[in-house]
Amino acid sequence: MKIHEHQAKLLMAARGIPVPLGRVARTVDEAVAAVRPLIEESGNPVVVLKAQIHAGGRGKGTFEEHPGVRGVNVITDGIAGGPGAAEEAVRELAKRMLGSTLVTIQTGEEGKKVSRLYVEQGIDIARELYLAVLLDRSASRNIVMASTEGGVEIERVAEETPQKIVRSEIDPAIGLAGFQANELAHGLGMEGDAAKNFVRFVKALADAATELDTDLIEINPLVVTTAGEVMALDAKVAFDDNSLYRHPDIADMRDETEEDPAEVAAKNSGLNYIKLDGTIGCLVNGAGLAMATMDTIKHVGGEPANFLDVGGGATADQVTTAFQIITSDPHVKGIFVNIFGGIMRCDVIATGIVEAVNRVGLEVPLVVRLEGTNVDLGRQIIEDSGLEVTNADSLRDGAEKILQLTENL
Amino acid sequence: MSILVDRNTKVLVQGLGKTGQFHTDKAIAYGTRMVGAVHPSRAGTEFHFEGETDHSGVAGRGDTYTADLPIYATVREAVAGTGANATVVYVPPPFAADAIMEAAAAGIALVVAITEGIPVADMIKAKRYLEGSGTRLVGPNCPGVITPGECKIGIMPGYIHQRGRIGVVSRSGTLTYEAVHQVTQLQLGQTTAVGIGGDPVNGTDFVDVLEMFQADDETEGVVMIGEIGGTAEEEAAEYVKSEMTKPVAGFIAGTTAPPGKRMGHAGAIVSGGKGTARAKIEAMTVAGIVVAETPSDMGEAMVRALR
Repeated sequence: MKIHEHQAKLLMAARGIPVPLGRVARTVDEAVAAVRPLIEESGNPVVVLKAQIHAGGRGKGTFEEHPGVRGVNVITDGIAGGPGAAEEAVRELAKRMLGSTLVTIQTGEEGKKVSRLYVEQGIDIARELYLAVLLDRSASRNIVMASTEGGVEIERVAEETPQKIVRSEIDPAIGLAGFQANELAHGLGMEGDAAKNFVRFVKALADAATELDTDLIEINPLVVTTAGEVMALDAKVAFDDNSLYRHPDIADMRDETEEDPAEVAAKNSGLNYIKLDGTIGCLVNGAGLAMATMDTIKHVGGEPANFLDVGGGATADQVTTAFQIITSDPHVKGIFVNIFGGIMRCDVIATGIVEAVNRVGLEVPLVVRLEGTNVDLGRQIIEDSGLEVTNADSLRDGAEKILQLTENL
Repeated sequence: MSILVDRNTKVLVQGLGKTGQFHTDKAIAYGTRMVGAVHPSRAGTEFHFEGETDHSGVAGRGDTYTADLPIYATVREAVAGTGANATVVYVPPPFAADAIMEAAAAGIALVVAITEGIPVADMIKAKRYLEGSGTRLVGPNCPGVITPGECKIGIMPGYIHQRGRIGVVSRSGTLTYEAVHQVTQLQLGQTTAVGIGGDPVNGTDFVDVLEMFQADDETEGVVMIGEIGGTAEEEAAEYVKSEMTKPVAGFIAGTTAPPGKRMGHAGAIVSGGKGTARAKIEAMTVAGIVVAETPSDMGEAMVRALR
């Protein structure tokens, strides 16, 4: 689960990790009201107005409705004109940003609608760095990864100048040891107060990653101010969904408006669903088989409309919900159910299919391939139901059949 | 021979909820030597199982079976009471990593963790706990391990298996069944099929299993099924290239998966241009692995690799 920058900074500030002062605003008036207190508290007449969406590249991104406005704006009007001038500038920008669509390299062409802004104090930057805590799968541990190239995508640094990246493994029994934090500071060429502040920062960040069960914390850029402070200028945090049950406060931060409504509905029913652009809906048990089913549909010349894994222990009700989600996509011209039962019993799937069709109806062709635990019972249930179903013997056979049935529609 | 499990494997079950009971019953029907269960609040009682024998499993048994599994309060007591050398974990996610560590502390050689949805941080700790112990963990979030006709630990349907000469190793449960089914239909059969699980932090990886298959006399070829995310397949390909003399066929799921999206498995995600199906297929091809175009061709790919 992802959260917004302003939420991430709140969590970090609560753990003593330095972040700039800032206030979230959902209306133009709230954004304007944030300006004066920020300037007074920070003593800096510069403020920054940042669109809050779950995607990066905001600084370079622009609004569809206002091509001249970027996702992140540094407002310097307060330097000469005082807080009043800064307020006016924020008002004009906030009007254009709120409710408009921000397009960045990470949002895709359709962009994302901005419904909240973050107003932040300006920072006098001496140096920009990159810092992240993430899982190293080969090591089965979290690692701290840092680079001297702040503001640049880490993938690009890894590709072009890998020597600029330093990393350290976090032992789950110990946390990030002091010497490791020192080594990282040294590797980044930090000295004096900045080095001390960095050590404190990175240790707190590593602890936060463990305590909060994060998948990823990415601070890009991490800045050293002209006063030698170390601060998170941006913060991207994603959580391990499997751990959210023990962090109800974090689970509450979820912003469903950032997600696809059908994906949200699926998640709330315990299903794994991802919408794609094709025409053939698939309902599969098991993530690997679901991916392979999409691959096979594509291989025989079709386009999958979705990824849908009903999981290991789905109930008939969940299967019905899955069917409703698939059929609610207007692009779906046919459905391919592909089940190889292990934990999942074929009779449960069959009952779910029959109930779903009885409840929501079925206006497109349906191909079903069942194999595995209780397969005979499952086939019997479908046969007895009298539903118009095309049976398939294998994955490939099923993919070819659903393609044939939908080609002339 | 076979790898990991055989007719001498004595298995405990941890977690006897609905799923655990259902699959324990299936395992007994298959002929697996299920010797006991661990359940703190029901210790001292027995779990009764009865039903019709699954004749695709261990040969030479009657048509029905009954079994009374003794229930123990702790894994340590269960091991002392039964001599178990393996355990299967169906414990719910919040407590599953603890169950794995308890099994390791009791000295069990093989822990097969079926549970899906264990927090990553818990698995990082459990793996740290297992370091230096004699315990091998398979999973979590996996279908389990089966040596056809001898021992079935996990949730895979027994009847699709047939004893033979191919080793199967996979990150995905249901794709393992696909591969096994095809290998059976082609009359090749399996020595052992191992699901290593779809989580980003797991116990046994591809290379571990490939090493075991390479060393196993009975295994003549291996089907290896990977998916997007991480670099485990690339590392496996490297191993196949430098160390393996036996033919390997493979498949990678997720060619059509969009980047940045988690495809069900926590571990199946293409991010920052890493973990793509294309890179994995390329590494495998370079290593001499015959890669199937679709999952329906995995068996055929194995046949080609054997030639």
